[in-house]
Amino acid sequence: MGYNVDSIRKQFPMLDESKKMQGHSLVYLDNSSTTFKPQCVIDAISSYYTDLTANAHRGDYDLLYRMDVEVLNTRKAVARFVNCDVGEVIFTSGTTMSLNQVAYGYGLKHLSKGDEIVISEEEHASNVLPWFEVAKKTGAIIKFVPLTESGIITENNLRSVMSNKTKIVSLAHVGNVLGNIHNVSMMARVAHEYGAIISIDGAQSVPHLKTDFKSWDIDFLSFSAHKMCGPTGIGCLIGKANLLTEMDPLISGGGNNVDFHIDGSVEYLPAPAKFEAGTQNLSGIVGFRTAIEFIESIGIDNIHKHDREMAEYAMEKMKNIDDIIIYNKEAKNGIITFNRKDVFAQDEATLLNSKGIAVRSGQHCAKILDNFLKCKATVRISTYLYTNKADIDRFVDVLLEGGDILDAYFSN
Amino acid sequence: MPISLTNDMMRQIIMDHYSNPINKHQPADASFIKVHMHSDNCIDDLDIFLQIKNDIVTDACFDGVACTISTASTDIMCDLLKGKTNKEAEYIIDQFHHMMHEQPFDGEVLEEALAFINTSKQAARVRCASIGYLAAQEILKGNK
Repeated sequence: MGYNVDSIRKQFPMLDESKKMQGHSLVYLDNSSTTFKPQCVIDAISSYYTDLTANAHRGDYDLLYRMDVEVLNTRKAVARFVNCDVGEVIFTSGTTMSLNQVAYGYGLKHLSKGDEIVISEEEHASNVLPWFEVAKKTGAIIKFVPLTESGIITENNLRSVMSNKTKIVSLAHVGNVLGNIHNVSMMARVAHEYGAIISIDGAQSVPHLKTDFKSWDIDFLSFSAHKMCGPTGIGCLIGKANLLTEMDPLISGGGNNVDFHIDGSVEYLPAPAKFEAGTQNLSGIVGFRTAIEFIESIGIDNIHKHDREMAEYAMEKMKNIDDIIIYNKEAKNGIITFNRKDVFAQDEATLLNSKGIAVRSGQHCAKILDNFLKCKATVRISTYLYTNKADIDRFVDVLLEGGDILDAYFSN
Repeated sequence: MPISLTNDMMRQIIMDHYSNPINKHQPADASFIKVHMHSDNCIDDLDIFLQIKNDIVTDACFDGVACTISTASTDIMCDLLKGKTNKEAEYIIDQFHHMMHEQPFDGEVLEEALAFINTSKQAARVRCASIGYLAAQEILKGNK
């Protein structure tokens, strides 16, 4: 059976014709930022409040037990989805918290003056700023992997910044500006060769590509549910069991300890509970599992193929428009970053907004990339499993029409 | 300045001030008061400079990175504020904010700034059109 984008679209209330932006039906091309939710995910979130409300890990009655089973089932679904052990799945509020947990829980504990952390210029702020802070506190040094002209991290380039001082390599699998798919198993192999650990930001990859935590030999993997049709405020940190034992919790409180005493001594629970202090985002956890099942029902490989088809369809059309500058002609993951010659990115985005088309403009939280792209801001489109050719056509039509930002003010 | 500007006239005003922002430069000397403003949702990253002598805005200019809307709007604002008393300047700024937020406003004092009357249709750009006014407001408040 072929990929039926029409029947997929029908499951998303946000894609209903009744939803208008600036009087036009909505074309949503900002999926790297967040994704729409299918009705089944919305129902699952709601079911927590209508049928399942109870805390987890707190007592002895049936509702609590049911909630514990729900949480465990989501953990199992995540483990199946990214190929890790169930005990390696930690729930967080999302990628940002996961990356902070690694930086503060692992980095702060293990780094000393002169140690090196390797990141790249393409990293999202949440994979840069925690390391800046940890480097300041420990005296560690941050090294940036040089990117090739098209933004790729090659083995040689990675090796050029590695040394026996490198303790942590923290890189995105797919960058959120250029959309390149990096070779994670190569990066893990090189990191381990130098005795470093590797933390992968999977925010832009896990929703779009088959992820294999075990066979890629990653040490930490971070991602968010909301970029894969799931609820906001829930995500995961996957960590190898031995590293989870070594790592300190970012936050402490109820539910993450066995015992503590007036003298200050604490015995923490083993992972994952050690890292999940406080009441968890339980409606989010229930919705997250449904999102994973929804993606599995379509097939992650089919989703990846569809993303590429849509991006290639857009790329072919955009390449032929004279004044459009594309920054990532080679990228293969549904992200296209561009500008119109002599037009500010935000102005182009406003023009598109006025036609009902949602795109992102700015620096996409990767502010250190301007040295590389040599521009202050770009416009980015990003596709997902429900993007269709009509969306791309509407978008390209606006690019072709040209016009300027002031059309957005004076068109109707 | 008539309140009945046509769309074409408004476009022309904005494009003129964007293409040739005569007030976009560094101040002539150290007598200017500077406020830095940036935007969370746009590239705008501007310094606004007012020179105030005896409660009169004697000169105004701005510099930095700015989109079409913020460049044109801030350039027009500088023209509007020059030569006004602090009180008059504050009144103009208030009227501009009222216009941005679709509240009743005194259009007589806004002159070319009336070209931004449609900004509320593009809610995400209200900050761009207002950024210079917010900076000037801060300077005037601090100068009391």
